[in-house]
Amino acid sequence: MKEKFRLQPRAEQKIVQVFLYFLTSVAVLVLFFILAVILKNGLPQLSLEFLTKNPAHMGREGGIFSTVVATIYLTFIALLVATPLGVGTAIYLTEYTFEGTVTRIIRFGAECLAGIPSIIFGLFGFILFVNKLKFGWSILSGGLTLAFMVLPTIIRTSEEAIKSVPAAYRLVSYSLGSTRWQTVTKVVLPSAAPGIVTGVILSIGRSIGETAAVIFTAGSALHLPSSIFSSARTMSVHFYILAREGISMPKAYGTAAVLVIAILLINIITYYLMGKYIGRSSRS
Amino acid sequence: MAEITSRKNIIEVKSLSVFYGQFQALKSVQLELQARKITALIGPSGCGKSTFLRTLNRMNDLIEGARTEGQVVFDGKNIYDPETDLLELRRRIGMVFQRPNPFPLSIFDNVVYGLRVHGQNDRRYMEERLFRSLQAVNLWEELKDRLEADALCLTGEQQQRLCIARVLAVGPEVILMDEPCSALDPTATARIEDLMYQLKEKYTIIIVTHNMQQAARVSDNTGYFLLGELVEFGQTNQIFTSPRDARTEDYITGRFG
Repeated sequence: MKEKFRLQPRAEQKIVQVFLYFLTSVAVLVLFFILAVILKNGLPQLSLEFLTKNPAHMGREGGIFSTVVATIYLTFIALLVATPLGVGTAIYLTEYTFEGTVTRIIRFGAECLAGIPSIIFGLFGFILFVNKLKFGWSILSGGLTLAFMVLPTIIRTSEEAIKSVPAAYRLVSYSLGSTRWQTVTKVVLPSAAPGIVTGVILSIGRSIGETAAVIFTAGSALHLPSSIFSSARTMSVHFYILAREGISMPKAYGTAAVLVIAILLINIITYYLMGKYIGRSSRS
Repeated sequence: MAEITSRKNIIEVKSLSVFYGQFQALKSVQLELQARKITALIGPSGCGKSTFLRTLNRMNDLIEGARTEGQVVFDGKNIYDPETDLLELRRRIGMVFQRPNPFPLSIFDNVVYGLRVHGQNDRRYMEERLFRSLQAVNLWEELKDRLEADALCLTGEQQQRLCIARVLAVGPEVILMDEPCSALDPTATARIEDLMYQLKEKYTIIIVTHNMQQAARVSDNTGYFLLGELVEFGQTNQIFTSPRDARTEDYITGRFG
């Protein structure tokens, strides 16, 4: 037997602890650094005027009102399409079919969809919605593209939420003579709702922040959109153009600050809901 | 057996077998269940008694790979006929589960759940059924002032009573109970047994139990299952005092199981 050099267990524990603590700090510090840079440069730009006025002179002057509207519009359409599609798929996978080859293929497909880079979604949306279906560069094209992009997230979180509903609820419901649909709508979905909502909110965050998929499909027109067929520029696209074309860095930082604050708020709300959700399901 | 079959039977089971994939969980079970009596099903774990119970309201249909052969004749019709209305069958043959499992809803919504899924929306009618069901399980006095409270806040015993009331509300004829007291303490168990005795006046009860004293105390007839076979079936006092089959005797005297 060869003698191996060994540290005192206690010393070893201490070293590992310090090392892991260091790694964690790096991760958190990066986040704070990003936040600090953006807020330091962006916050001075923020004012009521910045939020309520339309951009002027390519964005060099004025505010970002039209881009805020476009972002909300696009996100709304994306979720309007993706939520029923995603929740419906999740219901089918969990409640209407037994586990088998078909469910595995569908699930695998959804996972693959989640791994596709967003610029590819942009290209797909450009070919299908903008050209083939002739929606042009529009809020509709952009919204539909985003819908397909967030679909996997909604399917997965909804499926997890539905699976976590105690099996006893379903058994009781069936044993009282309910149909499958009654069981889904009266028992399963209400219990799964907080989890599903969490997934939807996460998708809102992703849609708001998305640039590549949108720039090809919704275009970059700066005016206030008048219908779903208007081309429009979202906040993230606006930021990209301002920064890349060197139009106005202060305005770019201002836009970034609004984006970051919005996404931060959404994440905080999600965590709050998740906490409530977990509290609820562990009680029963 | 002869004296049993001469009385009114509500369910007749004819050479019933259940398979889970390749595994045969029930082997050609044959028995008659009497109306307004309590029938206890005893036997060691995994012997098929819960499977048998679930064949009676076709809850086994929900299990992937389960297959049933033979007949269960309820009210003159084989419930395994393709034209059976499953929803109506389950309304008439209700089920109480091992663990109290109220929905995370109010007491009111729990009890009227079954009424609502069967299309009932009349508030008056639902209140009337709620009152009768809760009274039948001796919960009305305790709960009448807090019907909107969350059912999960009740004690285990209250929850199980509520689950029984939820079954009663849809007006069943038969109540299947799958070890309904296994999650309750002895005092609560005794009170649920009293309740079963009261319910027997109106309903046929079939109870699966691991507790032989319970079977001896509450039931009129007892069936002993072993490895998917119904070894013996007869009047409870006969089964417990002079079993005909040596395997039954071994089990009830505690030599095995």
